Amino acid sequence: MRQSAIIIALIVVMLLLGVANLIWGSLRIPAADAVQILLGGQVEAHPQWTFIIRESRFPQMLTALLCGMSLSTCGLMLQTLFRNPLAGPSILGIDAGANLGVALVMLLMGGTITLGSLSVSGYLLVIVAAMLGALCIMLLLLLLSSVLRNQVMLLITGVIISYVTGSIISLLNYSATEEGVHNYIVWGMGNFSGVSLDRLPLYCILLAIGMIGAVLLVKPLDAILLGERYATNLGVNVHKTRNWLLLCTGLLTATTTAFCGPISFLGLAVPHIARMTLRTSQHRILLPGTMLMGACLTLLCNLLCNVPSSGSIIPVNVLTPLIGAPVILYVILKKH
Amino acid sequence: MLASALPWRSRLETKFQFSTVNQMLLQHLTTGYSSRVVTTDINASLVPGELTSLLGSNGVGKSTLLRTLCTFLPPLGGEIILQGKSVSSLSSVELSKLIGVVLTERPDVQNMTVRDMVSMGRSPYTGFWGRLTEEDNRYVTEAMQLAGITSLEKRMFSTLSDGERQKVMIAKVLAQQTPVILLDEPTAFLDFPSKVEMMRLLRRLAHEMQKIIFLSTHDVEMALQLSDRLWIMHPGEVVIGKPAELSKSGELSRFIQADGIRFDPDLMSYRITV
Repeated sequence: MRQSAIIIALIVVMLLLGVANLIWGSLRIPAADAVQILLGGQVEAHPQWTFIIRESRFPQMLTALLCGMSLSTCGLMLQTLFRNPLAGPSILGIDAGANLGVALVMLLMGGTITLGSLSVSGYLLVIVAAMLGALCIMLLLLLLSSVLRNQVMLLITGVIISYVTGSIISLLNYSATEEGVHNYIVWGMGNFSGVSLDRLPLYCILLAIGMIGAVLLVKPLDAILLGERYATNLGVNVHKTRNWLLLCTGLLTATTTAFCGPISFLGLAVPHIARMTLRTSQHRILLPGTMLMGACLTLLCNLLCNVPSSGSIIPVNVLTPLIGAPVILYVILKKH
Repeated sequence: MLASALPWRSRLETKFQFSTVNQMLLQHLTTGYSSRVVTTDINASLVPGELTSLLGSNGVGKSTLLRTLCTFLPPLGGEIILQGKSVSSLSSVELSKLIGVVLTERPDVQNMTVRDMVSMGRSPYTGFWGRLTEEDNRYVTEAMQLAGITSLEKRMFSTLSDGERQKVMIAKVLAQQTPVILLDEPTAFLDFPSKVEMMRLLRRLAHEMQKIIFLSTHDVEMALQLSDRLWIMHPGEVVIGKPAELSKSGELSRFIQADGIRFDPDLMSYRITV
């Protein structure tokens, strides 16, 4: 069948891009050697490759992959919940909420915003703060959700939320040290290399929980597409589903934002690309498709960011709007 | 055609047809919102095999009553009894197998085929992932046949006309296999032939499948001709009867007659004077 073929193709592309992420960078490592090192082997002639792959490229690849999956999952769930094609974690200002949480904790922890220097417990605190920030915004959005079915209102609300959180963050930055401000700006550009090998398990576990939670919702999500009342009539407990969804989205957005910075547009754009190719609205097909598509796109972005070599890397948020913006325009234009 | 297409019809007929247990009973029902009582103390019953139409002016409380019957809104007082049980004691899944609704709001979904939409009606019966069994698929096919939308099966729901969408939503509710079907203004937004087609379809379904079908409408003349029973809603009270009875008793004249509208009880029709 067409849909299974697409899913299988996406898995293959994802694996290829994953390997490509290990091979390319400021230094090229042959594919065979890269895979060998990843599987626990050594390359005698180049012992430093082991370090590069295990300590740097593999964590970065996995971070990008999971981040893409998570944000795309969030986008899909939010678009279904709000029954609005323009919903997404960044447009709705949810990651701005997470941002604010992070910035607040950072300021309280000494005025510098370097995530790298934090201990694991500090990291957890940042994630909890990011999550609280994200949840606050989501609660606010849910309160306004009757109005938010209107696309323009949704966008306006998102913009306003982003402005308000932005201004608070500016105030925080104003009182932070120069180094802190610099670090914050760099963090805000998005980066998949911020998760070191020892923090990778925590990152993976948190995102896995969020995504498993999302997968468990595929049946009620289908019903919610028809509207709250039809869903209720089909025996779905809309409030429970909503709260569950809120929690999963909050966890996913907060975790990715805390670790990778606010990655814009991906969450909004990927579900649309998935819908266009899979031509279905059934979440049991759409959700895995969206996850795989998100993984592929972030791996591609990460690859493009790292390829120009010369030591420096392009921030992720330079690329994601280039993919996201055309998709949003397409969705708006198609509506009219 | 209908009889042969329905494996569950015979079951319904033999088991349920003339038993009062299968009526939907409204006992001292008071509807409204926490801030405002709309209608008090409604006592009525809905009978299987009958098409019942709810008439009333805008704002008189039709939607509130319908929402209460759909269990979207808790009653302020009294009870709704279905199959001998109060609906407030039933779980949401149990309810979804007893009461099916068709709303005025049309779902705005992209990338959903007509068949997928009708299949949504099976979700109270499907497992955790919502996969359809052979049996489910058979019921979906039959529901589409009954609603006369088999030819639309592969079309995208979002590309259909209002009338077609309405029929798809009716097929969905048929696939849900509920003994009660409630519809909120199913003929609104339709052109005249589609209105007639819709009402005839609902009447046929009520009669041949022994379902309780209850709908609100503003199409008075069509409701008079095609309903088995009318509920006329006035502020604070509901008058119930067969169209001919209400016509004879002058109840219909009271409801319809206004400046420039004269109701003729013999013809069961109204004239508009200029």
